Amino acid sequence: MDLALAPETLARWQFGITTVYHFLFVPLTISLAALTAGLQTAWVRTEKEKYLQATKFWGKLFLINIAMGVVTGIVQEFQFGMNWSDYSRFVGDVFGAPLAFEALIAFFFESTFIGLWIFGWDKLPKKIHLACIWMVSIGTILSAYFILAANSWMQHPVGYRINEAKGRAELTDFWLVLTQNTALAQVFHTLTAAFLTGGAFMVGIAAFHLVRKKHVPVMKTSLRLGLVTVVVGGLLTAVSGDVLGKIMYQQQPMKMAAAEALWDGEKPAPFSVFAIGDVDKGHNEVAIEIPGLLSFLAKDDFTSYVPGINDVNKAEQEKYGPGDYRPNIPVAYWGFRWMIGFGMTSFAIGLAGLWLTRKKFLLPQHLRVGEDEVPHLVLLPKKALGPTLTKWYWRIAILTLGFPLIASSWGWIFTEMGRQPWVVYGVLQTRHAVSPGVSQAEVITSMVVFTTLYAILAVVEVKLLVKYVKAGPPELTEADLNPPTKIGGDTRDADKPMAFSY
Amino acid sequence: MELHDVWFVLIAVLWTGYFFLEGFDFGVGVLTKLLARNRPEKRVLINTIGPVWDGNEVWLLSAGGATFAAFPEWYATLFSGFYLPLLLILVCLIVRGVAFEYRAKRPEENWQRNWETAIFWTSLIPAFLWGVAFGNIVRGVKIDQDFNYAGGVLDLLNPYALLGGLVTLALFTFHGTVFVGLKTVGEIRERARKLALRVGSVTALLALTFLAWTQSDRGDGATLVAVAVAVVSLVVAMVAARAGREGWAFALSGLTIVATVAMLFLTLFPNVMPSTLNPDWSLTVTNASSSPYTLKIMTWCAAVATPIVMLYQGWTYWVFRKRIGTQHIAETVH
Repeated sequence: MDLALAPETLARWQFGITTVYHFLFVPLTISLAALTAGLQTAWVRTEKEKYLQATKFWGKLFLINIAMGVVTGIVQEFQFGMNWSDYSRFVGDVFGAPLAFEALIAFFFESTFIGLWIFGWDKLPKKIHLACIWMVSIGTILSAYFILAANSWMQHPVGYRINEAKGRAELTDFWLVLTQNTALAQVFHTLTAAFLTGGAFMVGIAAFHLVRKKHVPVMKTSLRLGLVTVVVGGLLTAVSGDVLGKIMYQQQPMKMAAAEALWDGEKPAPFSVFAIGDVDKGHNEVAIEIPGLLSFLAKDDFTSYVPGINDVNKAEQEKYGPGDYRPNIPVAYWGFRWMIGFGMTSFAIGLAGLWLTRKKFLLPQHLRVGEDEVPHLVLLPKKALGPTLTKWYWRIAILTLGFPLIASSWGWIFTEMGRQPWVVYGVLQTRHAVSPGVSQAEVITSMVVFTTLYAILAVVEVKLLVKYVKAGPPELTEADLNPPTKIGGDTRDADKPMAFSY
Repeated sequence: MELHDVWFVLIAVLWTGYFFLEGFDFGVGVLTKLLARNRPEKRVLINTIGPVWDGNEVWLLSAGGATFAAFPEWYATLFSGFYLPLLLILVCLIVRGVAFEYRAKRPEENWQRNWETAIFWTSLIPAFLWGVAFGNIVRGVKIDQDFNYAGGVLDLLNPYALLGGLVTLALFTFHGTVFVGLKTVGEIRERARKLALRVGSVTALLALTFLAWTQSDRGDGATLVAVAVAVVSLVVAMVAARAGREGWAFALSGLTIVATVAMLFLTLFPNVMPSTLNPDWSLTVTNASSSPYTLKIMTWCAAVATPIVMLYQGWTYWVFRKRIGTQHIAETVH
């Protein structure tokens, strides 16, 4: 059979398309839920109207986004059974449990309280309404935790035994699956990257308005919140990435060797800045390297030995039998670089912005601005940036809203493709995981249907986001400023229109 | 009773919860064409389920996830076997969710009309297909010795399963009609009460045929009781709806759904997916289930989580207990 149309290839493409697409919405949902909750908390505590306006504005964008996240998530729950039935049979005993936990604990939480939050503005007292968005936020984080625990088990299976008679993996220690270092590091890395993503989204949109001098009080608050989130999130993403990387050098040396296009083990090993390799011959033709840095990234010192692709391939052949145990090297190599490159660019833009837009620290009196003025961008302690540089900073700040999304997409492509040919590392190969009973025509049909539908919905969603971004924060109404005092809302005027309706 | 039997019951409970709750959501979607006379009325209907549809749909994800964890073989065979119908259901659920959230986000009439059309079809199609799917599960399908589905998509469209599809479609529409009677005020409420009688009669006819067919092929004493409960509660629900006792009518149409799902799962046990090729190749609670350790963990999770979920979902219904009519819908875009 033509390899390009092998069932495994098709099923992998479909999983890649639907999952990367789904994950465009996930980090924004996780971070915007918490950031919106934070803004609403500020409103409830201070009663400053700009916080309520910000809550409504970011809350709207959050809702447009989570709608897509929820519906594309439904596919994720079922496509293991559809395209990967042999995988499901083999791992269901272990892998199914965190998925079921996710649905029973996290999804119910998210979906129920989001309904209460959307429709609850005139039905719930202020503090209870606020609690609802926090519940949603907790739900999103729990959801991430369970699904990442499941994914971590595929990266580094623990707490199981193989039942030869039944031909499957069986769970022996669920607690270990939930708390192994791979899971904790992945959760840490994914959540921090999610906040980097949401922070950058806020920075970009706030910059869009500030450069036009519109909605200044709300957008200035949003910009500062976004910048702080980007810097803290970005820094922690780097730290957690380093932790996860070191764990991966232990657990999946092949993935990390591929990430560096390090063909043969070296002591000390260099970090590759740029490389063009020849996969068939197993070496690089062009390479720019920083000596010793890879040893440091892998083992915390500049001299350690790091095994290369060819070494690990040979070791795995000895352990698992003949075969090619190398993933797609260019994808792993460049995916790793796009992930770090785009993520850290966003972090750098955020760090610069945090300094440039500071309010008082090392800022002379004449450069300080009032509540409703756009901040000057001040690089040196006493001098503001010129108009050209100022314009460029705002432009770059707007662009940064997309960078972490690119970074996290490549991060997942890297970590999943870097694990190949394994679907469960060292236990089950991807080619043994597909559905034997599903025909090529069926997989092609579903792939075409999902891809087309997702493309159409992407256009619809982005247009809607643009509309609401441009519209800016809403004017507040009497009803907004006078929330109900009892559950169920006021009963005096029986015909009063609902604050929100579909 | 062993743990895999407990889990058979729990899977039935999750599906029952799903059909009970998203059943009336689907019904309301169908009613946007069947009951609403103008666009404000359509909006009233959509908003009766506005705050709750998303939480209701999670019962499906829980049923799916729990089946994966408790009966991996069942999950694998069912969803790889019923591939194309499931694809269609997923597409509908995707479009439907987006339609609810995005419909009112633009003022253009075309935009809103398109999403309204989408809501109708994406409610009707899954309401029908779930019945087809369960008809086939109960009747049995071609399953080979490796537990893989060996039939084609046309095998799934047999008369029994298609009748099952009509039953769920009619039953959910009835359930939705009764729900609308309970949740609205004014003219639309009156019409819902009248429509309940007509939809109910069609439902009763279809359901009676389907349940009698099931009973005569594979029923026993217990299933006969379930059939009786389903039919009696359906008829009493119609009477109650007509008499304006909407709370009772809704509880009883819900009971019809519970009894129908119970009947299907009773005929299934101890199989979970019978094979028509060879009874030895049927998936059963024993050969399709997870290890006792996994089932034990899952039991704890379900035992703690499900009642809590029911509490806070129930609370949501209480918060939004007020009936709505066209006067409650503001003419603004959100």
